[in-house]
Amino acid sequence: MTALAPGPGAPTDAIGVRRAFVRERARRSLVRRRLASRAALVVCAGALAASLAPLVGLVAYTVGRGWPVLDGAFLTHEPTPPGVPGGGIANAIVGSVVIVALGAAMAVPVGVAAAMFLLERRGRIATTLRFCADVLTGVPSIAIGIVAYDLLIAPGGLLSLGHYSGLSGSVALAVLMLPIVVRASEAAMAAVPAELREAGLALGVRRSRVMRSVVLRGALAGLVTGNLLAVARAVGETAPLLFTAIGSQLFSLDPTQPMAAMPLVIYNDGTQPFPAAQQIAWGTALVLLALVLVLSVTARAAAARLNRRAR
Amino acid sequence: MTIDLDPTPSDAPIDGHDGTVVTAPTPGGAAVSLRDVSVTFGKHRVVRDVTLDLAPKRVTALVGPSGCGKTTILRTINRLHDDTGGRVSGRVTVGDLDVYARDTRPELVRSRVGMVFQRPNPFPTMSIFDNAVAGLRLNGVRNKKVLREAAEAALHHAALWDLVKDRLSAPALKLSGGQQQRLCIARALAVEPEVLLMDEPCSALDPIATAKIEELITHLASEVTIGLVTHNMFQATRVSHVTAVFLLGEDRATGELVEVGPTAQIFDRPADARTLAYVSGQVG
Repeated sequence: MTALAPGPGAPTDAIGVRRAFVRERARRSLVRRRLASRAALVVCAGALAASLAPLVGLVAYTVGRGWPVLDGAFLTHEPTPPGVPGGGIANAIVGSVVIVALGAAMAVPVGVAAAMFLLERRGRIATTLRFCADVLTGVPSIAIGIVAYDLLIAPGGLLSLGHYSGLSGSVALAVLMLPIVVRASEAAMAAVPAELREAGLALGVRRSRVMRSVVLRGALAGLVTGNLLAVARAVGETAPLLFTAIGSQLFSLDPTQPMAAMPLVIYNDGTQPFPAAQQIAWGTALVLLALVLVLSVTARAAAARLNRRAR
Repeated sequence: MTIDLDPTPSDAPIDGHDGTVVTAPTPGGAAVSLRDVSVTFGKHRVVRDVTLDLAPKRVTALVGPSGCGKTTILRTINRLHDDTGGRVSGRVTVGDLDVYARDTRPELVRSRVGMVFQRPNPFPTMSIFDNAVAGLRLNGVRNKKVLREAAEAALHHAALWDLVKDRLSAPALKLSGGQQQRLCIARALAVEPEVLLMDEPCSALDPIATAKIEELITHLASEVTIGLVTHNMFQATRVSHVTAVFLLGEDRATGELVEVGPTAQIFDRPADARTLAYVSGQVG
């Protein structure tokens, strides 16, 4: 074997020459790739900032406009007649809570049960239902509103009460929430390992009981999260309520009568030319935003807590 | 259930272990009997024409390479294919119970035939105690004294009691993998099954945990009939009395039972050339 050229000096044999050539190329390529990587990182960071900016801006702007009106009286008082200063949105807060709670009371049991069906009966019917749920997710909420109006409120409607009511708003919101509830619940239950179901079945336990005590219990965290997010989505919806609950200046707990709701206050007062009304709209927007934030955070916290207990 | 942890598999002459040839158990005497059992998923026949008996209070090992239908056959015994779309033909009986008779409730079969799965699968939302008595509680037993006694007996049986008696309310997932698997065995035993099916119960465990489970299997065989699917031929020789060898048939798609006999005989002088090739490591 011939001795290789010693030291770091210029290579003398063919292999050494080729090796030096390849290394020089690799070094240059590395410099180029480092630059490209830096540039890509800058672009991505810019895109992230561009995506976050509207959200941050919206929250900041709403807080800026709404904060000055926000006080105890704003949250606990009823609206004053037009022209009279002061007044609060207690009726709208309560109305939103009642309408959404009733809607959730309709959507959640039906949605969870439908999700169980999708999970238990894999087949053409389930596939069709799942597709329908997906389509329903995309139905514009204003379309849900006008249908609800026609069926529940307009004279001669199929189930018409003949007048606007909070309850009809709940029905419209339930329709809106339903597909979200179904898909979120299905995903939560599908995440429960099949081995746990089989473990239950192999103990001689009835399917219904396995479903309840193993699948539903195991999916509890996901179910709570999914359903709270559906509620958070519904609480800010305006279009269905325009056609149904219509809004009210009065404090009312009776869902068979027209009811106030926060999105309606924002819509009605925000489009008026009077600064006092606009102030109320901004304050309401801030309260609504805070409520949605609280719901989302609660959903995540509940999931984390339930998951931890499950470990 | 009394606890009798005799370290030897059984005092009775062990089929084949001492080299004696035993006659095949008669159908009436079998704890579980399969006759011409085939299982089909969609158009694919996974395993066909299996005729096999699990002798009472013996360990029957089902061995063979992957995909030859061992687990599929095991799951026919407690009707676990009901929910997965597998169609079972042939006849399966547990004692005098016709498993696939029209009026047989799967829950009834499964309360007589316990099962332990490949990966330990304790209920993650339940404590150790709740897991041990899950089968009783989910079937409506509420009496605290009964549950307490059943949990203690089952955990003793699974050689877990001394380890967990001071932390019964701890989450089951706090246990190690091997302990979780023993908890699953306890859970299955708590409903007092006649038959215990074990689907590669050690495949997710380390060698020490495996040794403990094997010891446990040997003990349990004095009280229940055990069907054990295993990839590990050494495990079969260590714990089983009878071995059934499954291989893929000539179509390379459908598994079949090639040979069944006393374990020692299967591994020392199998009657079938394919068995010999498999147990000597030439195929599979």
